[in-house]
Amino acid sequence: MGLEEKLPSGFLLTTVEQFAGYARKSALWPATFGLACCAIEMMTTGGARYDLARFGMEVFRASPRQADLMIVAGRVSQKMAPVLRQIYDQMAGPKWVLAMGVCASSGGMFNNYAILQGVDHVVPVDIYLPGCPPRPEMLIDAILKLHDQISATKLGPNRAKEIVANEQLALAAPSTLEMKGLLR
Amino acid sequence: MSNDTEYTQSAATDSGAGSGSTPMSDPYAPGYETSEGRVHTVAGQDWDVVHGAEPGKKERVVVNMGPQHPSTHGVLRLVLELEGETVTEARCGIGYLHTGIEKNMEYRSWTQGVTFVTRMDYLSPFFNETAYCLAVEKLLGITDQIPERANVIRVMMMELNRISSHLVCLATGGMEIGALSAMIFGFRERELILDLFELVTGLRMNSAYVRPGGVAQDLPADAEAKIRETMKILPGRLKDTSDLLVDNSIWMGRTQNIGFLDLPSCMALGITGPVLRSTGYAHDLRKTQPYCGYETYDFNVPTVDTADVYGRFLIRIAEMGESMKIVAQCLDRLKPGPVMVEDKRIAWPAQLAVGSDGQGNSAEHIKKIMAESMEALIHHFKLVTEGFSVPAGQAYAAIESPRGELGAYVVSDGGTRPYRVHFRDPSFNNLQATPAMSEGGQIADIIAAVASIDPVMGGVDR
Amino acid sequence: MSENLNLLIVSGGAAAPSTVHTKHGMFAPSAGGDTSGFGGLVQSFTIGAPSARPYGGDFDVLADAAEEAIKNAGLVVSEVFEKVVVAYGEMTFFVHREHLRAVAQMFRDEPTLRFEMCMGVNGVHYPFEEGRELHAVYPLLSLSYNRRVRLEVAVPDADPHIPSVVDIYPANNWHERETWDFFGIIFDGHPALTRIEMPDDWPGHPQRKDYPLGGIDIEYKGATISAPDKRRSYS
Repeated sequence: MGLEEKLPSGFLLTTVEQFAGYARKSALWPATFGLACCAIEMMTTGGARYDLARFGMEVFRASPRQADLMIVAGRVSQKMAPVLRQIYDQMAGPKWVLAMGVCASSGGMFNNYAILQGVDHVVPVDIYLPGCPPRPEMLIDAILKLHDQISATKLGPNRAKEIVANEQLALAAPSTLEMKGLLR
Repeated sequence: MSNDTEYTQSAATDSGAGSGSTPMSDPYAPGYETSEGRVHTVAGQDWDVVHGAEPGKKERVVVNMGPQHPSTHGVLRLVLELEGETVTEARCGIGYLHTGIEKNMEYRSWTQGVTFVTRMDYLSPFFNETAYCLAVEKLLGITDQIPERANVIRVMMMELNRISSHLVCLATGGMEIGALSAMIFGFRERELILDLFELVTGLRMNSAYVRPGGVAQDLPADAEAKIRETMKILPGRLKDTSDLLVDNSIWMGRTQNIGFLDLPSCMALGITGPVLRSTGYAHDLRKTQPYCGYETYDFNVPTVDTADVYGRFLIRIAEMGESMKIVAQCLDRLKPGPVMVEDKRIAWPAQLAVGSDGQGNSAEHIKKIMAESMEALIHHFKLVTEGFSVPAGQAYAAIESPRGELGAYVVSDGGTRPYRVHFRDPSFNNLQATPAMSEGGQIADIIAAVASIDPVMGGVDR
Repeated sequence: MSENLNLLIVSGGAAAPSTVHTKHGMFAPSAGGDTSGFGGLVQSFTIGAPSARPYGGDFDVLADAAEEAIKNAGLVVSEVFEKVVVAYGEMTFFVHREHLRAVAQMFRDEPTLRFEMCMGVNGVHYPFEEGRELHAVYPLLSLSYNRRVRLEVAVPDADPHIPSVVDIYPANNWHERETWDFFGIIFDGHPALTRIEMPDDWPGHPQRKDYPLGGIDIEYKGATISAPDKRRSYS
């Protein structure tokens, strides 16, 4: 990546990390991956009332090469899955994926032959947003949570350590079947 | 076609499909042989390889637009054969949003079918629901027993949906052609209508409000006043939006005489809706085969006779005005009364209200079924879990959705679940006109033509 | 409710039988353990019982016009139409597949019929109807006379061929592709009968009744909810 990744770790890097995180989250450009009903809510979020431009995100880049965030908005069918993966691969890092709506998160109400039961089957997802479709305010909430995640991301050698630590956490986390608690 | 030669790799470097004979062998963009010659996926820095055509022969380039594309109106794949900027052949690839809704409905009760059906054509959910419910009510034989208030509410919600759907058509059509302000204006106006939907049904989109037998719940107390208020604001706003584009010389230059489809072609291709009305033929199912009491409302069917994109755009604006007229008439017609059919064996048992836990249970109803009447509890349980049975047979109910004739074909085998449901979606049918409208024109005109058909890929693929 | 025992098949003297679906039991496993008694329930439901004249309303006029057109074309009505069903305010002509194209042409061109538009074709799979499992349904709309009719063709699973009507009603192009994609009905004469909704190399025909819904079990916090087609059903 850039120069910021090559700096040695330490106090200097912390400040750079904060600055880089702030810069990255403030102008996160979404890639247009609107598929179905959630796409319409995503468009209204970019519209005049729920303005995404105040977060620097009104520019929906059609070309994935210029985009940072892929908001998978809508149900992903078996036919669309390779296309989804290809678009994700064409995005240049750092890149994030937001699974918008229950269909993108887990297949939603369509538990059948035609729909991918969650886009995390083909792309790594950073934040899942439930809803059918999620209200624009919910989408903005998810984006802001993702912003927090992005601004806390580390750089360089710290990032490598962070990735390893995240992987350990993910491997140790219980699967949905093993989780305990009320069914709600 | 016989004289065309595709861009081919020169024979010397041709060593079979996907074997990476090019310097940049991209694993995601392999080349492969077809009966028409070698297909090469352009991956960058490989123009010398691609450009193997012999001088003097015509070249044919096949370009793929979509399915991920900002201008193809959803996940539509357009396979274009180009000669320069002119499109010689255009084909649509669909199915990227196929959800298997029709098969899924065979495993759910009749009322649950509404929640599936509403997500097919997601810009006009009320139309999907109404078509399905009309077909089911035909089989049940209760079409005449739907209460008047339910019919008036259905008409009102459908016409509000028509306005919001046409606004999205204008907004996204404008955005695809390049008029980005139309998008901002259109979605802002649409918010007014979505507020009304949220007030009445609880959801902005995909509300599952129209149910077999009537509607899910009555209008809230302040709905009428709020709708009237919105109807006062809306005409001015719609005028602002249409003023952006009507008589706009750039818009007219992009849309006039584009996407021409005359009446015999429309009839041959089974095209209905604004595309058919742009040929001058005033065919509207609300007038010719009315449903839900449409014959008692006073409205016009706008037509133009230019049969081009600009004409269809003008029709949609006029239809929005007509819809506002109908909504005003609905408001005047609302009389207190039930909103569900009287037959207790079909009617949805609960009246919904926001309870103390934020869930939609009406406190009186729960008190009745849990504390007062065992039979009421059993009745509620059976109707909600098992659902009502529908007599065996098949029925087809067609309504006029913003895109054309939306037909619901329903087959029942006498049980509590649909045996087969098929939607004759207007977008699916109308998209077949894309080659007829765009071949011979330029690439930019395909975008305008497809935008004027206004396909919603959820309805196309279901 | 009309799920009562409806065993009688209306005989209209027509060649084709009605579609009768016999259901056994209502819910719960039928092999032992059923104490409700519903396991022994046998219900028969009839779809498409042939109707006899007079059909009522405008349908007699339409049927007369159709029969006239068939006779003028030199065909025999009873060989062309398997049966006529008038139910729920709709009229359906069941056509033998050999005569489908002739009937479609007649229905489109005859001045007394003039069904200019075909609203697409879709399939229905009745696995319990031996020898007539796959039905293709063609709703037609007449703009001149403002009426609708339905043509239905029934073909066996072993030989699922139906002649294509794309050159008569070009609107059916994609609809026939979709019906092939979902049911496996092969439309002979279609210019490009390929898959349209499913990926091009998808095996099987998803909307047939013998094709599973294909969902997965939902597992959450120790509870498992099976896919919709694996759950207990009431009918």
